[in-house]
Amino acid sequence: MSDSTPRASVSAATTEPRFVRVALVTVALSFLTLFLFVPLAAVFYEALRKGVGVYLAAIVDPYALAAIRLTLLSVAIAVPLNLAFGVAAAWAIAKFEFRGKSVLITLIDLPFAVSPVIAGMIYVLLFGAQGWLGPWLSAHDVKIIFAVPGIVLATVFVTVPFIARELIPLMQAQGTDEEEAALVLGASGWLTFWRITLPNIQWGLLYGVVLCTARAMGEFGAVSVVSGHIRGLTNTLPLHVEILYNEYQFAAAFACASLLTLLALVMLAFKALIERRVLRQRCSTLAMETSS
Amino acid sequence: MSIEIQNLHKRFGAFVALDQIDLSIPPGQLVALLGPSGCGKTTLLRIIAGLETADRGRVLFDGEDASRRHVRERGVGFVFQHYALFQHMTVFENIAFGLRVRPRAARPPEAAIRAKVDALLGLVQMGWLANRYPSQLSGGQRQRIALARALAVEPQVLLLDEPFGALDTKVRKELRRWLRRLHDELHITSVFVTHDQEEALEVADRIVVMNHGRIEQIGSPQEVYDAPATPFVYQFLGNINLFHSRVHAGWARVGGLRVRVPEYGDTEHAPAMAYVRPHDIDLLREPEDGDTTLTATVSRVSQLGSLVRLELIQSSDGEIAEVEMTRERYAADPLQIGDLVFVKPRQVRVFLHDNPKATPLPQWSGHGDGI
Repeated sequence: MSDSTPRASVSAATTEPRFVRVALVTVALSFLTLFLFVPLAAVFYEALRKGVGVYLAAIVDPYALAAIRLTLLSVAIAVPLNLAFGVAAAWAIAKFEFRGKSVLITLIDLPFAVSPVIAGMIYVLLFGAQGWLGPWLSAHDVKIIFAVPGIVLATVFVTVPFIARELIPLMQAQGTDEEEAALVLGASGWLTFWRITLPNIQWGLLYGVVLCTARAMGEFGAVSVVSGHIRGLTNTLPLHVEILYNEYQFAAAFACASLLTLLALVMLAFKALIERRVLRQRCSTLAMETSS
Repeated sequence: MSIEIQNLHKRFGAFVALDQIDLSIPPGQLVALLGPSGCGKTTLLRIIAGLETADRGRVLFDGEDASRRHVRERGVGFVFQHYALFQHMTVFENIAFGLRVRPRAARPPEAAIRAKVDALLGLVQMGWLANRYPSQLSGGQRQRIALARALAVEPQVLLLDEPFGALDTKVRKELRRWLRRLHDELHITSVFVTHDQEEALEVADRIVVMNHGRIEQIGSPQEVYDAPATPFVYQFLGNINLFHSRVHAGWARVGGLRVRVPEYGDTEHAPAMAYVRPHDIDLLREPEDGDTTLTATVSRVSQLGSLVRLELIQSSDGEIAEVEMTRERYAADPLQIGDLVFVKPRQVRVFLHDNPKATPLPQWSGHGDGI
């Protein structure tokens, strides 16, 4: 107890008065409640308002299932593509000097700067029937716009920055010392990547993947332009929600929306779980050390 | 293993990092690359390791050209300035890394790896830290682990980049001695980079003094300290007093002092600089016969532990000179501020101004303070 007095005085000197702390926490919590939690709850409330039967019926509807499949397909293609590109681009930018580096950095940010609708329009302009490559594509019987490839392309475009942006500052901060150390110790470039670089960036990478996945599942604007809204064929889950909503099928629309929300929550939970596990592992090693 | 460096050049854009470096390091020696920052010493070390490629020139290991050998095939151990320990691995795994990444055929069995790592942990006296992560270690501990990791692959050459640069003075001194003892045990040809002359003088068998991408002098610690080949070496190793001087027909004149300089026998009326270490000076109360002294006034007396440092103002031109002596010698004749003294250098080196190597750096504009 003897050391409690100085500690108390230190904390009094370095933290805000109690009412300021309470006020700050209250403001933050009420903001979150109003703008995040209430809408989230509303989605599930609306979805289940007409009973579980309606909810399930809306989800097992063949069009809904097709939309889910397409959404998952574009995620399954866009995320690994961006993973490979993001790691490669971040690696190049953070660890090498080359001409055109700033151009590359700017280009990576482009999808953030450009409205998704415009991204969709660009693809229509390029690959659409009246587009630059349209005649050639139709002559070779390749359909991109109003078809699955267009949706995947638009999704990839919109999600390009997520992983690269997450990794570039991380890898720049880490420098190349550890990689060089591994090389001197005889590790091949491949081994160095797997054993040194990847473990060092894994949390940034995972975070980027989570963001990228969430965005790929939820992307609306760009996909909407290139999709053509053909039910069962080119409708992703967000587009399906819109169609249902426009047809006044609110319960069904919210049921599908709740699915998207659930997927997002799962991603977040997944991230939190892994982070905690790693933290616990580190702590237990430390505890073992100090006790022995 | 011996290291031979031949005619090495390296530029970074317009900056010449290394210019015509020739250096040979016999097997088993501990060599210091000493110089100010930006002198190219780290670049030279990285080229020896294979982390950097030279624009021209060769590096030979035991007479064999290693220039084209990849860094991972050179068999060098490298200790990085900031240790570069693998943050996500325990100390044990850090040290084991070099063994674990070997191709399967050359990889020792797990038991052998364990034995080896334990032995290395014992060697660096860090056995109890095996399960820690690098972030849980102090600077000195990290340094030792980095060294153990480098030694795990049984390198033929050990390269250390500013090995003690990031440590506080006490730990640094301790580790210095420890490194020297370790080297005496292992006898691996070792090269370390430092900007600290004291460190180089204490630890190294030989010192390579570098400046502006060139080698100024190679020699034993005693040689480079007692007989500096160039003005740069003179000022970089230890404190120095500079006196404006003129050389004529084998004699240098510094104020009222005349010094014999036989090496400049043919020189006529050339401006020069005379270099005198602060501890190579006697102070007399009375003038001597002949031109062997300069007159000066004591302007400051400071006690620095075992030494006493006196600041003098020369009577001829008002420039400042520094003299160091032991406490005992000072106590025998305690000079006071304002006393007139006769300065008698025991050892003087004179470098001509037009000597291309003797071009003085801007910061030593003739004032007596050591740099």
